[in-house]
Amino acid sequence: MGEAAITTAIATEPAVELKGITKRFPGVVANRDICLSVAKGHIHAVVGENGAGKSTLMKILYGMQRPDEGEIRIDGSAVSFHTPADAIAAGIGMVHQHFMLADNLTVLENVILGSEPRKGGLAIDFGSARKKIREISDAYGLGVDPDALVEDLGVGDRQRVEILKVLYRGARILILDEPTAVLVPHEVDELFDNLRVLVREGLTILFISHKLDEVLKVADAITVIRRGTTVASVDPREVTARKLAELMVGSELPSPETRESTVTDVVTLEVSGLTMADPGAGPVAKGASAEELRAAGVRLLLDDISFTIHKGEVLGIAGVEGNGQAELVEAIMGMRPINAGTVSLAGADITGWSTLKRREGGIGFIPEDRHRHGLLLEAPLWENRILGHQTREPNVKGIWIDRAGARKDTQRIVEEYDVRTPGIDVDAAALSGGNQQKLIVGREMSGEPALLIASHPTRGVDVGAQAAIWDHLRNARAAGLAVLLISADLDELIGLSDSLKVILRGRIVADVDPASVTPEQLGSAMTGAGEETA
Amino acid sequence: MSGFMERLTGRVKLDGVFAVVAPVLAVVFAGLVTSVVLLIAGNSPVDAFTTLIDQGSTPRIIVLILNTAAAYFLSAVAVAIGFRMNLFNIGVDGQYRLAALLAAAVGGAGLLPGVLNSLLVVLVAVLVGALWASIAGLLKVTRGVSEVISTIMLNAIATGLTGWLLTADRLGVLNGNAIGTKPIPEDAHAPGWALIPGTPMEVNSFLVVAIVVGIGYAVLLNRTRFGFGLRATGRSEPAAVASGVNVKRMVISAMAVSGAVAGLVGMPELLGGSYQYSLNFPAGLGFTGIAIALLGRNNAVGMAIGALLWAFLDSSSNALQILHISKELVDIMKGVIVLSVIIAYELVHRYRIVAAQHRVSRELAAPAGTEGAAA
Repeated sequence: MGEAAITTAIATEPAVELKGITKRFPGVVANRDICLSVAKGHIHAVVGENGAGKSTLMKILYGMQRPDEGEIRIDGSAVSFHTPADAIAAGIGMVHQHFMLADNLTVLENVILGSEPRKGGLAIDFGSARKKIREISDAYGLGVDPDALVEDLGVGDRQRVEILKVLYRGARILILDEPTAVLVPHEVDELFDNLRVLVREGLTILFISHKLDEVLKVADAITVIRRGTTVASVDPREVTARKLAELMVGSELPSPETRESTVTDVVTLEVSGLTMADPGAGPVAKGASAEELRAAGVRLLLDDISFTIHKGEVLGIAGVEGNGQAELVEAIMGMRPINAGTVSLAGADITGWSTLKRREGGIGFIPEDRHRHGLLLEAPLWENRILGHQTREPNVKGIWIDRAGARKDTQRIVEEYDVRTPGIDVDAAALSGGNQQKLIVGREMSGEPALLIASHPTRGVDVGAQAAIWDHLRNARAAGLAVLLISADLDELIGLSDSLKVILRGRIVADVDPASVTPEQLGSAMTGAGEETA
Repeated sequence: MSGFMERLTGRVKLDGVFAVVAPVLAVVFAGLVTSVVLLIAGNSPVDAFTTLIDQGSTPRIIVLILNTAAAYFLSAVAVAIGFRMNLFNIGVDGQYRLAALLAAAVGGAGLLPGVLNSLLVVLVAVLVGALWASIAGLLKVTRGVSEVISTIMLNAIATGLTGWLLTADRLGVLNGNAIGTKPIPEDAHAPGWALIPGTPMEVNSFLVVAIVVGIGYAVLLNRTRFGFGLRATGRSEPAAVASGVNVKRMVISAMAVSGAVAGLVGMPELLGGSYQYSLNFPAGLGFTGIAIALLGRNNAVGMAIGALLWAFLDSSSNALQILHISKELVDIMKGVIVLSVIIAYELVHRYRIVAAQHRVSRELAAPAGTEGAAA
């Protein structure tokens, strides 16, 4: 696949036109010769890997950064933005990935914050603001109640409030930065319905994402960014997700498939009857079983979960996020107390062990949120190597930290796991997400673990790092590692797992054979629709 | 990314030249602000600073500076142990005062002869400090009480408790109108050496204790497993939990160690100066320690320099009155130093983060040409 652009003719007049945009940071070119033409009334997707330069481009378009070269045209006339206020005045609105709402204010207060309508000079004119919010909400089918407290709203509703906020300020062109990252599948569908209404009413949407299926579902046009420059503009009707991914990466795609089985009959992890009550439910009887708790009307985060993982086996847990996966992982790691059930590792009952003892006993852990749980961002890489292994060789000798040993082993991880870094003394925060994750994988694989708990091991990492992490998981599995894999990426789950279980509202509701299941079937099992089909 | 509080309390490190440049700039800036204040008040800044330095370099004041700095430094180390793991031990003040009172009472009783008695005094002080600080740790772990609130309240309680204990029918002994604990026998006084020529005043042996504590602090924090767990908890509690650090135990041990060092703060005065706890016993050293820990960014050497600077300003400020300048001028100076050092560290920190990210992407991009970058 070359760099040749597959361009579709666009008949309508462009709402946004970028020509030759280049942005340099000291030592780095973040954007280079970007050309982008967004038709009015279209949902235009901009796709690219993490670090490809999407965010920089959007910051330029929103006036947060100024391009070194190039031209921005809005509705045909050249503009120059110095601040976001200029961009807003030109009708551009930005919905950030992380919501910027004050929880303790109402929707109305959040929307007008910073552009309060005045009445008689000083007083805020809530009446007219409420009326305007209702009008916008009705016109675009957003269904937002201006008097609801933001803290009572779900993620999908909050996002609609964010959209309403920019519409309230008169935006005609909306930039949505990874809007689906925080949403569950049905919320994504709702968002897409909202977006379709918005464009039908004449708005233009720039949709930034690296989730290709979603892009193909919703976009009218797609532009691919790679290494800071636009490499192709494609028509979503004429391109497959695979093709699009290859354009993003610039090479053939890796695949998560592992087919020849390495499963043995030696049990590594056995979980039986694991039950965890919602701590919000108040105190519950100690040692009460799942049935007793259920009968008492206690909401269970984990409901009587049992499974085994053998040496050399990857067990995948599929499920919509928030159905107990995080609690399951934390229960097995000993980070959260359980109400009933046992966990045993290689025949030893570890239910009462501390997290440290479990780690020492041979559990490696790739946490879901690497920034919160996996790294000390402002500590050098070699100190991060010690994290979680602070009682073991080669990091310590007795009560002393063995600096030389830890540094040497960090160097080994950097080389073996291809962590791209100028050295082991830089802070973890300075590395890209993919390289941070490779460091974590390397660390958790060291010390020959018997069990690896991998929670979203390739989330938010680029395709190259993803392939490398998959390779390491496959190799370790072949060498006899048992893996508990939790992922939202269904292809990853199906491709890597030897067996698959579906979790729904804290219960294992289905066993699925990864050799025969399709992502669609798995997806419907995850929402509870296919409980009996599996 | 780290929050402002993390950087304020120095859990985010600065390396190389930055660590030196920021405080030096802050001190220079504070000098400028003080000069402006002096000019407004109609005094000559040159005269004032010359007087301060002249006074500060007399042998007698040098000894005073060294002895005062020892207590300041111990207080700063006590605060810094908490800072390194995200605990704001504001209670050093109450911890050392209560510790000094009880230790003075035990010492005054003369249970043991000679040097054994002084060791007993120190031991009691360390234990009392550790126990008093552990209350805040326990409250935090079991009840989720912020240690900021509990240590402030424990300070007030310590004040009340020392006042109650220091009465004639309890630990106090009336001597004329003054009340204090029974003086510690002379054979248990801390030794001192007339090191500085030109004055018979002795440099107290607690200077050595302070140096040893400083070295121990650096080694404990940077070279041991305990220190690693403590720093990891300070940098990211969720990451520490996921790594198997027992955060609750760590909170209690850190508070206890912090309190133990706090217990030493009153010792240079008790065993090297007053030999009894009376109403004149210096108060407020715990707060001085917070300022010096901030100034020195929890670094042992940095805090030593900070303690010397503070002791210099305090010890030589009296001389300003010769020029009819209020000696409270040095308080203005100390305040401005702390404020500007915080601002300077923050600016340097922001610069350093951006510089590090650019450096990494530059070094990685160099072989691959213009590889993408996340902004």
